[in-house]
Amino acid sequence: MDLNLLTIDSARSAIQERKTTSMSLVESFYSRIQKEDSAIGAYLTLTKERALEQADRIDRMAAEGKPLPPLGGVPVAIKDVMCTRGVRTTAGSKILENFIPPHDSTAVARLEAAGAVVLGKANCDEFAMGSSNENSAFHPVRNPRDSSRVPGGSSGGSAAAVAADMAVVALGSDTGGSIRQPASFCGVVGLMPTYGRVSRYGLIAFASSLDHIGPLAKTVTDAALVLRTIAGRDPMDSTSADVPVPDYIAALNHPVSGLRIGVAKEYFGDGLDSEVRKAVEDAIQALARLGCEVVSVSLPHTEYAIPTYYIVATAEASSNLARFDGVRYGYRAKQARTLSDMYRRTRDEAFGAEVKRRIMLGTYALSAGYYDAYYLKAQKVRTLLTRDFDEAFKKVDAIVTPTCPTAAFKLGEKVNDPLAMYLADIYTVTADLAGIPGISIPCGKTRENLPIGLQILGKHFDEATILRVANAYESAGRN
Amino acid sequence: MAKQVLGCAQDDKQFMKVTEKDVAYVADLSNLELTEEERAHMVRDLNSILDYIDRLNQLDTTDIEPMAQVSDRYVVDASKSANERSASVAREDLLFGLRPSLPHQEALANAPDADDDFFKVPKVIER
Repeated sequence: MDLNLLTIDSARSAIQERKTTSMSLVESFYSRIQKEDSAIGAYLTLTKERALEQADRIDRMAAEGKPLPPLGGVPVAIKDVMCTRGVRTTAGSKILENFIPPHDSTAVARLEAAGAVVLGKANCDEFAMGSSNENSAFHPVRNPRDSSRVPGGSSGGSAAAVAADMAVVALGSDTGGSIRQPASFCGVVGLMPTYGRVSRYGLIAFASSLDHIGPLAKTVTDAALVLRTIAGRDPMDSTSADVPVPDYIAALNHPVSGLRIGVAKEYFGDGLDSEVRKAVEDAIQALARLGCEVVSVSLPHTEYAIPTYYIVATAEASSNLARFDGVRYGYRAKQARTLSDMYRRTRDEAFGAEVKRRIMLGTYALSAGYYDAYYLKAQKVRTLLTRDFDEAFKKVDAIVTPTCPTAAFKLGEKVNDPLAMYLADIYTVTADLAGIPGISIPCGKTRENLPIGLQILGKHFDEATILRVANAYESAGRN
Repeated sequence: MAKQVLGCAQDDKQFMKVTEKDVAYVADLSNLELTEEERAHMVRDLNSILDYIDRLNQLDTTDIEPMAQVSDRYVVDASKSANERSASVAREDLLFGLRPSLPHQEALANAPDADDDFFKVPKVIER
C-alpha cells in the first residue's frame, strides 16, 4: 500500500473491505518512521503499545463486518502539547521531560473514539513558542522537502510527519500561526478553527485567549473530517462554544461560484517574496475562474498585529507558565536550600532561551507602571484589528492572503534574531487575535522547489466556507 | 570632547527602555535568576522588541474598549452584557464535579519529591 497516497477515507475503506488490516497499516507506518525519522526528527515519543491495542480493536470490528467509525484505523500524530494519559507529554520542554499525564486531552480522546490510531507525539517548539521548531529542547525538525530548511513552527513535527508520510493526519495547535505556517512550509493543509470551536481541555496552555487546536492533513477533505470529529462544546472547557457543528463534508462540494473573495493590499506589501506573491496572485485568478467574485478589502491595522500579538501572547504566557515550579510535576533543580531558591533554579535550568524571553517580556508588560502602556494598549489595538475583519466580512465571504511572506528558511538563519523570527508570523497572527478561522493550502512551489501556502480566512464559526473554497482550489489543481 | 562622549552615552541610556536593573527586577518577579550572560542578552532583546512594539503608540485608542477575550465579542446572545454571557457558560454546581477527583497516588505520581500523602519541598521559612 502506498503510504503517500493514503487519506482518511482510503485507509478506512481498505481496512473495512479487508484489503489490509489496521495492524499491518500501523506496522508499515512504524517501519517508515524507523527508516526516515532519524533524519527528520518529527517524533518525540512513539506510542506503539497504545497504537497496536487500538488497531486490534479496529481489526476485530472489521472482521465482524461492523461498520468502522469515521477515522477507523487511521494513523495520526499528536503534537506533544496535548496530554495523553499514561504517555509522556513534554511540550518540547526539559521542564516536562518526564511528565506522564493522568488524563487525555478532549481532542485526542475524540479522535480515538472515532477510531484513529495514535502513532506518537510530535516534536514542537518549547511550549509552542517559535516559528521554526528550533526551540525544541530535544532536537530540531528538518523540513522533509529540503533538509537544510526548517519545517516551520511551532507544530513543525506534526507538519513534517504528514509531509513525510509518517502519519495520515496530525493535530497541531495555533496561537500565532503555528498550524498554518508549518503547513505552508511543508506543503500540506493546515486548519485553525474558530476560537472556541475545539475544546482545549488537556492542551498545555501557552496564551489562553489565542490557543487553538486543529488538523494538519494532505487534503482539505481530511482536514474537514478531523475537524468534524474534534469540534463542539465540551463541558471540561468553559471557552468551548455551544455552537452547532455543521456537516463540513457536505459543505465541501457546494459550488463556489458567486462567493465573494476579499483581497487586502496590506497582505501584499514590503517583505513579501516575489515568487510567493506570484503564486498567490495566480491562485486568486484560479478562484476567479471558478466563479468567485474578487473584491478589494482593507484591513488597515494589519501592521500593528505583530506588536499587539507579542504583548498579549507573552503576558498570558508569563501567567500560564508560572505553574512550572518543580513541586507537583516536572523537573526540579537539585540541592536547592530553600523553596524560593528551588523555584528559581528549577526554572532557570529547565526553560529554554525563547521561553525565558517571553516570560520576561510578558511580566514586564504586566508590571506596575507598564500595564497601561503595553498590555492595555495592546488589548485596545486588538479590538481595532478585530473590527477590521468585522468590516471586511460585511463585504466578502472569505479573505485570501499568502500564509507566510517567504517559503521555508534555513536552519539557523533567524535563530539569533528574535524579531526577525517573529515577523515570519506577520500574515497569520491577525486571525488568532480576532478569533476567526483560517486554513493554509499548498499553492505551488518556488524555483528551489519549496512549497508556497495560500491562506483563506473566514468569519467566526464559518469554517465551512473556507473549507469549501480550499477544496474547490485543490480540486481544480488536480484536474 | 570627553563631555560630548559622556553626553552621547547618556542619550543612549535614555533611549534604552529596559536597563540591567529592570531585567533583574522583572526576573525576580518571574521567579527566574538568569546568568550574567542571559541578563545581557535579555537587555538587548527586550529593547529591540519593545522598540518595535512602540509603533502601537501611533494609534489613538482613547475611546476603544480593550479586548481580553474573543468570546466577549461573539458566541452567544449579543443582547446580554459580557457578564451575563459569561454566566451562561457556568455549569450547575455538582457535589462531585464533572468527574471524580484524581486518586491520591495518581495526583502525586509526577511529583519530583513526595511521601504517601504530601508533596515535599525544601524549607519554606528562611532564617
